[in-house]
Amino acid sequence: MNPFRRKHGSARGLAMITWVYVLWSLLPVLVAVRISFNSGKSRSSFQAPSFRWYWGDPVSSVWHDDSLHTAMLNTLQLAALCMLIATPLGVAMAIGLHRWRGKVSNAANGLMLVPIVTPEIVFGVALFLVFTQMYTGVPSGMSRQLIGHITFTLSFVVVIVRGRLQAIGAQYEEAARDLGATRLQAIRLVLLPLLAPAIFASVMVVFATSVDDFVISSFLTTGASTDTVPVKIYSAARGSSTPAVNALATVMLVFTLLAVALAGLAMKRMNKKSGDAAAGAAGGLAGLSG
Amino acid sequence: MTATLSAPPTVAAKPRPKSRFWAMFAMPGVGWLVAFFVVSVYAVMAVAFGTVDPVLRTAVPAWNPLQWDFTAMRAVLDRIFGGDLGTVFIRTVGFVAASLAGCILIGYPVAYFVARKASKHRGLLLILLVLPFWISYLMRMLAWTNLLQVDGMVNDILRFLHLQSEPRNWLDGSASTVIWGLVYGYVPFFILPLYSTLERIDGRLIEAGRDLGASAAQTFFRVTLPLSVPGLMAASVITILPMFGDYYTNTYLTSGSPKTEMIGNQIENYLLGTSQPQTGAALVLVLMAFLFVLMAYYLVVTIRQQRMAER
Repeated sequence: MNPFRRKHGSARGLAMITWVYVLWSLLPVLVAVRISFNSGKSRSSFQAPSFRWYWGDPVSSVWHDDSLHTAMLNTLQLAALCMLIATPLGVAMAIGLHRWRGKVSNAANGLMLVPIVTPEIVFGVALFLVFTQMYTGVPSGMSRQLIGHITFTLSFVVVIVRGRLQAIGAQYEEAARDLGATRLQAIRLVLLPLLAPAIFASVMVVFATSVDDFVISSFLTTGASTDTVPVKIYSAARGSSTPAVNALATVMLVFTLLAVALAGLAMKRMNKKSGDAAAGAAGGLAGLSG
Repeated sequence: MTATLSAPPTVAAKPRPKSRFWAMFAMPGVGWLVAFFVVSVYAVMAVAFGTVDPVLRTAVPAWNPLQWDFTAMRAVLDRIFGGDLGTVFIRTVGFVAASLAGCILIGYPVAYFVARKASKHRGLLLILLVLPFWISYLMRMLAWTNLLQVDGMVNDILRFLHLQSEPRNWLDGSASTVIWGLVYGYVPFFILPLYSTLERIDGRLIEAGRDLGASAAQTFFRVTLPLSVPGLMAASVITILPMFGDYYTNTYLTSGSPKTEMIGNQIENYLLGTSQPQTGAALVLVLMAFLFVLMAYYLVVTIRQQRMAER
């Protein structure tokens, strides 16, 4: 590709930096996974492989420790509900904002972007205060966490879906309308299938963001029964913790990567043209739709 | 709206959908954001500018801006300008600046290589660069607490390389641990926006530079680097903003040592620890005001890009 590649050693130097970076970014996680299979109590030196911290230990393994598997179920339940609510809400909002022109629409569009640049701690504090001072009727614990996660992830959905809407253009829908479809039919039969890859990408991003969220869950938790996995990992740093935390994190990692891989495959099948779906989704996650 | 009537004839042949129809689609989402984002941020102001119940010591928010009371805010500002909070603020800025420098030094070469130079393993590299997004942030930090312990792997490696004779406890509150932790946590978010900008640079511009006699280095500094500035800015903003609100990375990697305390720790502590929500809320407002320029920059650029894409 580059005719100067061989002449200058710079490409080789850059290649080395890149591979060292990749190793640096992923190896620690693999070490953490390995420690989850440790037979001893240490979280730093590996003794012998075992499933003690998954199910072997009768007290503190992920399977037997109530607080650990509660955290896991809480995390998955929150992520699933968040996906089910934030995605349709965001898709409708993207379609609406894309077509609806006017001052109010511009303001709404600007408002939609603000959560993306708001540091999570501001989110956490704001939701914590609004629930304790104003929306006191909302049951504390998971309902509040769910509302927080939806508020936090909604804008990601809108940004991803809007990017796709801009790429599609209006002609397909107009053709459908010319052929006699009503506006709603055109959306249902033409626009939504065209948006499917973006909707899929949004679902993945919402799932990953919700599962990963620590700050909002932590500000809105009411104790062990509403702790999520990240909250659990965080509090493990203080107490004398065992590799069970690593096991818990590993189980969640496997869940997330499986979900992402499956979604990625499904997406590839749906839309063979845009192969690099994961990068697109992550680009959207970073808030870059431009 | 009378958009249908005033539209030019070519458009009028296909009547433009009414605005209200599309507004209906956007409304549930907009309503949600108003109810749970705008009102929540307003609640922070109401608490910060409210009063404290003299008996129960709980916050009494002032919902009416006419009744706002600025004593708590003034006290917080006094502590920032020349008080204990000033030190924390300066330390936060220092940590974020050092971490941003680390992100640029590591992230730029990586993004540049994958976007412009890698031809053989590009697909694989892209997957590997995106992978950290799907791994929980706290799991990645957990990994480092495993590695950084006294009998952990970092000490083993340093001893093996003869860079260090005695094993060291890296988790006892050293600034370098926090900065490396922040770089490790946020550099994936830095690389991707930069990658997408570098990848879109027209290769012919770089070739033109070479054809006109510039060396590879000159071409890089005169062509590629200037063209990548928008991506560099976006990547920086997107990592700086969350780093300023970060309080878990340092707490996690130093077991909450006060030596590495950042502004986020103070906020969290005032709200959840000591239940002085008023001071915490005032600090959040100061943080938001401090970050306003960065947030506004990002919003303006994004909206401009959107407009260009829709034209």
